[in-house]
Amino acid sequence: MKQSGAQIIWECLVREGVDTVFGYPGGAILPAYDAMLGYPIRHVLVRHEQSAAHMADGYARASGRVGVVVATSGPGATNLVTGLATAMMDSSPVVAITGQVGSALLGTDAFQEVDITGITLPITKHNYLVTRAADVAPALREAFAVARSGRPGPVLVDITKDAQQGLAELDWEGAVPSRHLRHIPPFPDEKELAAAAELINAAHRPLILAGHGIQLSGARAEVLSFAERGDVPFAITLLGLGAVPATHPLSLGMMGMHGEAWVNHAIQEADLLLAFGMRFDDRVTGKLREYAPNAKKIHIDIDPSEINKIVPVDLALGGDLKAVLEALLPLVQVADRSAWLDRIRSWKGDSAVRDIKNLPDEGHLYAAHVMNDLWRLTKGGAVVVSDVGQHQMWEAQYYHHDAERSLITSGGAGTMGFALPAAIGAKLARPDAEDWVVAGDGGFQMTFAELITTVQEQVKVNIAVINNGYLGMVRQWQELFYEGRYAATPILSPDFVKLAEAFGIPGIRVQRRGEVAEAVARAREAQGTVLVEFRVEQEDSVYPMVPAGAALHEMIRRPAPSAIAETGSDPV
Amino acid sequence: MSHVLVVYTDDEPGVLTRVASLFRRRGFNIHSLTVGPTERERVSRMTIVVDADEILARRAVEHLRKLVNVLEVQQLDRARKVVRDLALVRVKAGPEIRSRVLELVQVFRANVVDIAEDSLVIECTGNLEKIEALVEMLRPYGILEVGRTGAVALARGSRAGARRTLATVPGTDGPQTMSV
Repeated sequence: MKQSGAQIIWECLVREGVDTVFGYPGGAILPAYDAMLGYPIRHVLVRHEQSAAHMADGYARASGRVGVVVATSGPGATNLVTGLATAMMDSSPVVAITGQVGSALLGTDAFQEVDITGITLPITKHNYLVTRAADVAPALREAFAVARSGRPGPVLVDITKDAQQGLAELDWEGAVPSRHLRHIPPFPDEKELAAAAELINAAHRPLILAGHGIQLSGARAEVLSFAERGDVPFAITLLGLGAVPATHPLSLGMMGMHGEAWVNHAIQEADLLLAFGMRFDDRVTGKLREYAPNAKKIHIDIDPSEINKIVPVDLALGGDLKAVLEALLPLVQVADRSAWLDRIRSWKGDSAVRDIKNLPDEGHLYAAHVMNDLWRLTKGGAVVVSDVGQHQMWEAQYYHHDAERSLITSGGAGTMGFALPAAIGAKLARPDAEDWVVAGDGGFQMTFAELITTVQEQVKVNIAVINNGYLGMVRQWQELFYEGRYAATPILSPDFVKLAEAFGIPGIRVQRRGEVAEAVARAREAQGTVLVEFRVEQEDSVYPMVPAGAALHEMIRRPAPSAIAETGSDPV
Repeated sequence: MSHVLVVYTDDEPGVLTRVASLFRRRGFNIHSLTVGPTERERVSRMTIVVDADEILARRAVEHLRKLVNVLEVQQLDRARKVVRDLALVRVKAGPEIRSRVLELVQVFRANVVDIAEDSLVIECTGNLEKIEALVEMLRPYGILEVGRTGAVALARGSRAGARRTLATVPGTDGPQTMSV
């Protein structure tokens, strides 16, 4: 039986296990929307296509399943660009389906025609221009396979209007994809595994760099077995938070530009770094020439192009992290590295005194306090979707993520406006989870139109807007590196409580520490979305901080309490 | 330093754009790039000469392997390869100097493929150094135009490495989708 290309699209999505898509209709995608009503797929209407892409991304990150976004041609498609780039940078499996003008009009600058496959070429794993109904199924099947295989990422399928309207047989079996299997990295051989084990067993100060790949590979148990067996502590990247439990005795916390001092010192002092599914982003290495100067390095990653890209390594084990660790584990000797762990602990002692949590509580509201309170009040059990900026770093420092997929944030791309739409996607992927958006006043204003989407779609997300009246992270850089010239960083916000009311959502304003608990409780108890605005200290900065271009140990520390400053003792 | 990469791809629209875009984005310098059909249907072969050190060249290989349309990438051994470039050179050659130009053509085992009143078109095949040398020798006579193909290369010896590998690459015989 012949079907239209439009019907084949939905038939394929159903067979790929898709239950929800995020999108916005328009002329060139109308045949697909018309056919949609006949299929058991929920469509979430967004207010801007960028948000739809972030929702699909959030859906994917929360669940591990492929997120799907649908948009029309021209501006509908170009609005996806930021969302696709965000998913690409963070290896998130997303399939974008865009309508395109009829194939006869391609290349004629027709109404709402853009070359979206050309535009998205460098920000997708692959993309397709489909001009015949018979090509829809092969393209879509392969798109899903490419998106979820190897190192995951976004794929775009651009389908002309006539390909949606034309008729074809759906040959599901004939469309079985194989090209995504072309370049599976060769699994490490016994010699390589033995060489790795030798380095590990001989190391006195080994350190695991735990990255996003642990999550993507599902290697949590293997990483923990490895760490416990060898008594090896682990430092975590921003996207690795939650992949391994923050409160594990061997967990040191986040590394990098805003990592804790003891973590970065441990990296600089280590004699062996074990990079597990991470890519040595410039935000975690600092100045490369002085990065981990004492350490041999072993890199395990599924993407061979990441090996030796930034940091030259002594040994690379290509492949899926879980499988590689399974093979490596029996070769790793049980060890006691308490001398090394004690040394790290001694650095930690100093940092604990400097911690902002130890500041006298004068009723002022600090974002770090809000994050820490939120962690305690939700018993660490929420899925937090953070935006980009200071609040994102405070969240990473003070909300201790133990559960997998419990932090969703734009790491590589640093996309402001990500949090609210990504949280909507995350909530729809895992309806039973408690979701918290943590956003700054700047980023939140980029995509807050999606508040009404939470109402129309009856999706409950809790929203914490950390309002300091500035584009805070940029302001911090201006304060530290541009002599305090605040060019274009003071930002006015609407009255968030009234704004929430206009959307039919309860809004709560919190100005003192003592009000945090009640506001969080009210948000959690409410049926629908609640917006809580936290008016925090305006010119607060995130510490520690490794200035751009500085070595990892050259941190700007948190100001020491005066007692410590007077004695001048600084063990680090 | 230059490295020669041989890239087998699906013969589909847009593949060249993907490869070129990758090189541009990652900052790899292309010295020359040639593309043509192979002995296998629906498979194209590119010869890419990159200006890069060993580490960068290897990284280019790994990035190329991530392209869905790429079947196989080989980095040709520095010593064991045949590299050929073809040049067409239009050179001034009035009657008074024509014989000297023709002598050069002979020495370089090149061919004259077109003669006009005051100029010749010379066709020369060889490795990059030979072509550069011919062009340098002709320069004093007045070069009017040069067209070059860029390098085409094969590994020396009997190993039919590429063909053996290609037979095991998934998706070379299956149904093709329109892929840009």
